[in-house]
Amino acid sequence: MIGVISYLVFFTTVASILAIAVLGLNLQWGNTGLFNGGVVAFFGAGAYATLILGGTPQADHLGGFELFYPLALLGGMLAAGLLAWLVGVLTLRLRHDYLAIATFGVAVAFETLMRNAEGLAGGAKGLRGFERPLREALGDGFTYNLVFLAFVLTLLIVVYVFLGRLIRSPFGRMLRAIREDEVAAKSLGKSPSRVRLTAFVTGSVIMGLAGGLYATFYAFISPQDVLPILTFQIWAMLIVGGAGNNAGAVLGTFIIWGGWTASGWALSRFAPIEAQLYTGTVQFILIGMIIVGMLMWRPQGLLPERLVVSQSGKPENKHKTGSRR
Amino acid sequence: MTEPILSTRNLTRDFGPFRAVDGVDLEILDGSITGLIGPNGAGKSTLFNVLTGMLAPTAGQVFLQGRDVTGQQSDRLFAQGLGRTFQIPRPFGRMSVLENVMLAPMNQLGERLWGPILQPARMRAEEAAIRERALEVLEFVTLDGLADQAAAEISGGQRKLLELARVLMGDPSVILLDEPAAGVNPTLTRVLIDKIEELNRGGKTFVIIEHDMDFVMQHCDPVIALAQGKIVFQGTAEEAQANPVLLDAYLGAQVDD
Repeated sequence: MIGVISYLVFFTTVASILAIAVLGLNLQWGNTGLFNGGVVAFFGAGAYATLILGGTPQADHLGGFELFYPLALLGGMLAAGLLAWLVGVLTLRLRHDYLAIATFGVAVAFETLMRNAEGLAGGAKGLRGFERPLREALGDGFTYNLVFLAFVLTLLIVVYVFLGRLIRSPFGRMLRAIREDEVAAKSLGKSPSRVRLTAFVTGSVIMGLAGGLYATFYAFISPQDVLPILTFQIWAMLIVGGAGNNAGAVLGTFIIWGGWTASGWALSRFAPIEAQLYTGTVQFILIGMIIVGMLMWRPQGLLPERLVVSQSGKPENKHKTGSRR
Repeated sequence: MTEPILSTRNLTRDFGPFRAVDGVDLEILDGSITGLIGPNGAGKSTLFNVLTGMLAPTAGQVFLQGRDVTGQQSDRLFAQGLGRTFQIPRPFGRMSVLENVMLAPMNQLGERLWGPILQPARMRAEEAAIRERALEVLEFVTLDGLADQAAAEISGGQRKLLELARVLMGDPSVILLDEPAAGVNPTLTRVLIDKIEELNRGGKTFVIIEHDMDFVMQHCDPVIALAQGKIVFQGTAEEAQANPVLLDAYLGAQVDD
């Protein structure tokens, strides 16, 4: 029993961390229409920077500053934001598929850099070593995991509420207008280039937070964690849940991560021994099929985006009901 | 009435070897409803696009309220009081009609990333005021019943009215309308004309591209005709109807249309 609960805590922690990243992508794609094909670069920038700043001292590469944990997380977010700003300034003039190709390239370059720059972050061996905060009080076991889960859930709620307010505000209105018709938005006095960059950086900072939590949860990050498959998983979560709907983004994360975990377990248990090497590939195919299937048969996702409406005649309730309908 | 609120000097725009707008000297008088006519391909829409900063001019200058605004882009020009609609309406489809209209006011507090977090009360108050005005403007263009509809779902004529409503929310002093009556049923056209004239009495200047000659002759003064990128006629509606050059360049071409 305790084994099951313990596993559920572990599962929920990872899923909640990924949900934060999916919410970041939802701001970019769901609300602004920015096709970020390199989610993992910003997730990874946050992960590496957080672990470099907050990790224990390392002999052969950068890092081990043992910064206070929240500061390390903020540093990770800053790193992701800086990378996004740089990439954004260079590529945000590109539209849809071209932006996707450019950002995908950035992510592959990021992974290659991390794999080869041993002096920077341990190269292919990865970056390990993180002294868990409050370890003396909480120990290493179940209690610690429970407290960490509570911390991650709190951050998920904070991000959820922040983004919820943001997309219901006039800022969110600008994002949607630019997503729908950039020329028309510009003719109404809005600056698409500035707004796109702001949304891109903000979404990436949120992905960086997810990366920082991920790296410190495992006390380890390596190039294997920033492969393109993670970008596709995060995209699948958003598409299944419903682009433009934050509740959908979180729901999609739990469904896809549950399916991923369950399929991994089932394959390792039931696939013949000689096929075990290839079960990962089967999972990749599944993710691809889910993305394509959803786009063909239910492109709006399980929880579609909702219109912001007036609820005419009831000014006091307009804002709230509009957002919850 | 006599000051030009919008004018150009030698305005020219090339597309490769093709000169779409050719040395246009335009003077739009403050408080007028100017009709811009000409055969298809005469350069009317291109002229609109250059005037509103969506296309950079190849040569020449644009002046708005006496200031040289050549090369400024459409968002900055809108902020200075120049609004426009499009020949083919460009609604924000997956947004409600109300949201389409609420977008337009400039410098909303909540447009800043931290506005909703740091000053939620002030933002809500401002937002409530904007919503109220948006509903008024929608009522003005007779779309108030559709406020909660997705803009993608409304008819072509209603989209034209929605575009007018959006522009009005920004309270510009000059409004450029690109074929406001095209594809709009007679009832809605009537509504549109009434609204334009009402706004004009309130001091707004209009420049209207229109193919419907009855519309132009009844409601526009002066009338400017464009052919092959050049101004070929400028005068009152009566003069336009009596002008042989115009009949040749425009009305003649219109028959073949």
